[in-house]
Amino acid sequence: MGKRIGVEVSIAIADAVKLARAEVIPAYPITPQTHIVEHLAEIVANGELDAEYIPVESEHAAMSACCGAVAAGARVFTSSSSQGLSLMSEILYIPSTMRLPMVMVVANRAMSAPISIWNDHQDIMVQRDIGWIQTFAENGQEAVDLVLHAFRVAEDRRVSLPMIVNIDGFTLSHVIEPIELPTQEEVDAYIPPFKPKRKLDPRKPVTMGPVGIPEVYTEAKVAHDHAIKNSRKVILKAWKEFADHFGREYHPVESYKAEGADTILVTMGSISETAMTAIDKMRDEGRNVGLVRIRLWRPFPAQEFRAATKHAKVLAVVDRCLPPGAVCGPVGAELRSIFYKIPGAPKIFSFVAGLGGRDVTVERFEEIIDKAEQYSKRRPKELYEVIGVREK
Amino acid sequence: MATNDAIIGWKTITFGCDVVEPGNSANFRTGDWRSQRPVLDKEKCIKCGMCWIFCPDMCYSQTEDGYFEADMEYCKGCGICAHQCPKDAITMVPEEG
Repeated sequence: MGKRIGVEVSIAIADAVKLARAEVIPAYPITPQTHIVEHLAEIVANGELDAEYIPVESEHAAMSACCGAVAAGARVFTSSSSQGLSLMSEILYIPSTMRLPMVMVVANRAMSAPISIWNDHQDIMVQRDIGWIQTFAENGQEAVDLVLHAFRVAEDRRVSLPMIVNIDGFTLSHVIEPIELPTQEEVDAYIPPFKPKRKLDPRKPVTMGPVGIPEVYTEAKVAHDHAIKNSRKVILKAWKEFADHFGREYHPVESYKAEGADTILVTMGSISETAMTAIDKMRDEGRNVGLVRIRLWRPFPAQEFRAATKHAKVLAVVDRCLPPGAVCGPVGAELRSIFYKIPGAPKIFSFVAGLGGRDVTVERFEEIIDKAEQYSKRRPKELYEVIGVREK
Repeated sequence: MATNDAIIGWKTITFGCDVVEPGNSANFRTGDWRSQRPVLDKEKCIKCGMCWIFCPDMCYSQTEDGYFEADMEYCKGCGICAHQCPKDAITMVPEEG
């Protein structure tokens, strides 16, 4: 096992990609950028990683090159953020239904306008339905671990789907954290060489990505839907084996003092660390509160989430995304759906916080929990509430 | 009324919706989309084969007497052959009915 050292999370992710022996890295460092692909460019240029680094002309081209490279049988990695991720959008739906595995780290950031480079989850929620497996990291170590896990899961022949590891922009991407990088031998033992189920080969011609006429399209999409739902088993097994190899255990949802809690806060990503501090404080004050963090966003772990919150009376769900005109934030909507008409289901209240880099402090979490508990007694007028909005 | 019900099941569809049989487009008759057809004037034709080269559907083939003939099972009536013909030997005429 390697040494635990202070390193910028983006740099550590790039090092993890090197340890995973990525073979093709198409990247376009549009603003806002991270050091992930920048450092990978250095690693490749220095000859430390035998990979093809393709400095493409746009993020649209980056994702297109990723698809082509996987189709040719390469292990592929790229990374993006906010506007850049949106520029990839047209292509993002393609590798998933075509079953082309690759790994992308998204440093989550706000969408313009107004122009923002700061952290929230709006960029990835735009891409919620692209059919990729998606996880959310809480801290730097987890980001590195989830990247290694992603290669293992995505390329598993039973899965063969692209995978996104979400890390909070700035809050994680640009922060120096104590991170332990495994050794090359350890990573090689965890991630076997990529053996694609099929690839472009002149000796065995195949057409990938043909037209799906109305008589075929539905079945192609349903096959994809089943593939991502069935990936669950492999995702869990790969986490279990990760624990065996590296000693750190991961689950689709993470509970913190949630056992027997009446009110449970629900979060995704790095704000969960502040949320834990808030829970500690409130517990000290005698409040029966806990936290459940969603790590696996797609396929959505409904079963695990219900189990983690089964005794709760109130859920206070925090979304870092405000979809204008929608009934509530995407996480809130998901949870309301999985508990719909379930006997004894908790009352679910949806909050939007931490947009465009606005800090979500311990006090804000306390406010969210207080409000959720009040609303459980007296129903609020609105289906969601934006926290910390200044009116005048 | 025509329907567009499924022609393959989600369990039996190829992995990633690949087409695994090379050149299988020959199995699909696409000529019924056509609204106009190419008609060759053999008096003007010099058998140069430009129509054969440019046809995007590869529906032209050379007959024993050296002329090039479009297969109406596949011709979509795009008119590229008529446009490319250096001798204006091909005329596009509307399909009737």
